[in-house]
Amino acid sequence: MFTHHESLKPAYDVVIIGAGGHGLAAAYYLARDHGIRNVAVLEKGYIGGGNTGRNTTIIRSNYLTPEGVKFYDESVRLWQDLGQDFDLNLFYSTRGHYTLAHTDSAMRTMRWRAEVNKHFGVRSEAVDAAFVRRGIPGIDMSCGGHAPILGALFHAPGAIARHDAVAWGYGRGADRRGVEIHQQTEVTGIRVQGGRVVGVDTTRGSLATPRVLCAVAGFTPRILDMVHLKTPIYVHPLQAMVSEPVKPWLDPIIVSGSLHVYVSQSARGELVMGASLDPYELHQTRSTLDFVEGLSSHMLDLFPFLSEVKVNRQWAGLSDMTPDFAPIMGVTPVEGFFLDAGWGTWGFKATPVCGKTMSHTVATGHNHPLIEGFTMDRFARYQLTGEKGAASVGH
Amino acid sequence: MKIMVCPLNGPRPVSEFAYGGEVRRSPDPDTCTDAEWSSYVFNRSGSPGVKYEWWCHIASGFWFVALRDTARDIVLETVPAEAARRGLPPERAP
Repeated sequence: MFTHHESLKPAYDVVIIGAGGHGLAAAYYLARDHGIRNVAVLEKGYIGGGNTGRNTTIIRSNYLTPEGVKFYDESVRLWQDLGQDFDLNLFYSTRGHYTLAHTDSAMRTMRWRAEVNKHFGVRSEAVDAAFVRRGIPGIDMSCGGHAPILGALFHAPGAIARHDAVAWGYGRGADRRGVEIHQQTEVTGIRVQGGRVVGVDTTRGSLATPRVLCAVAGFTPRILDMVHLKTPIYVHPLQAMVSEPVKPWLDPIIVSGSLHVYVSQSARGELVMGASLDPYELHQTRSTLDFVEGLSSHMLDLFPFLSEVKVNRQWAGLSDMTPDFAPIMGVTPVEGFFLDAGWGTWGFKATPVCGKTMSHTVATGHNHPLIEGFTMDRFARYQLTGEKGAASVGH
Repeated sequence: MKIMVCPLNGPRPVSEFAYGGEVRRSPDPDTCTDAEWSSYVFNRSGSPGVKYEWWCHIASGFWFVALRDTARDIVLETVPAEAARRGLPPERAP
């Protein structure tokens, strides 16, 4: 599926660090839309082996800020014909997405999000408890008596997709257009002269390049140290787990911020479940029993009949978090160094639009209009893009 | 890290503690530049390493400083805040 390259060339027009969904999507659109094909994608592990393969595959655009809604809506649009673009089945499955509200203040936020969404043409609406009961079979509307469901934000375009295939599709499309993907190639340094990027050092040798795009999720701070840039990014692990396969019953995607749960049922019948971040900084993908116990108890608040279902696997990824729950993207004070980072716990759904906007930014040297609310200099101006209200769970 | 040694209460399960972020020293707001101040407000040392951190034993409300390796999740030392104020390197002192 991918061409194996024996060695690195001495020079590339663009080097992308990280062969996850974001990095490969940028490579794909650079080659397809901007005609820039002398590109190397450097990956210290293997294709899609980071957060692209560790997320819970949810795609939605029901955000809170205008910047966020416009950006993610463009992403949802791009998702629609991606499978045809790639000639690869992404198992894109539109399910509908409920964000449950257990308090009056949560209902207020749902109405707010619904109005912002509708203003930008995104299909979201605040719905009452009866609508939730009809839409989600088997749900305990009282949640064990301690968190009764008052209503929800219903987002009809909410979907899931096969995450590995997204990386493979973008990777294959880039590969066919001449982009070189080098796995098992770790970046050890970035050479900067006179404030400009001039080259990259790796475990397989050095190369020259005027442009570097960093798309490495939880490893972002380590790459930023190489170019002496500071950002607000902090890294916490995020865990997830799946159950054994059960008979298909749960069509929609369910999120509860109060109970710290998000869950969907995969095409194989497994329940794919996630919760909040681990509570302190850690650069390790270990799993904990605390996580399984906490998430399971909240799952049983929602669906008591699952009490005999077994958990099959759990895992973790490293989330690069930001103070306003919005990403950090675009040009940086180091000329030729571009950043696609701060994707914390919400990056998978944005894969296509990140590729599109970052390829434009790398090709032209100017930020794409859709990412202007996400630039690195917003912190120095105290102009944060407050997206925390639309995080899938309370953090 | 599943057990943490609280300077006041001894070894306790880590679930009894809350993480309070890295120990950082504020620049003098009267003399620092705008860039220095916004950097202090927002920027963090995101890379893994051995860091001094604020932790709180929730049940007793006791705040202290832990020296922790954030790559390996190993606590090397815990000291009461007062001792930390006297003993930490100057650039780290709270």
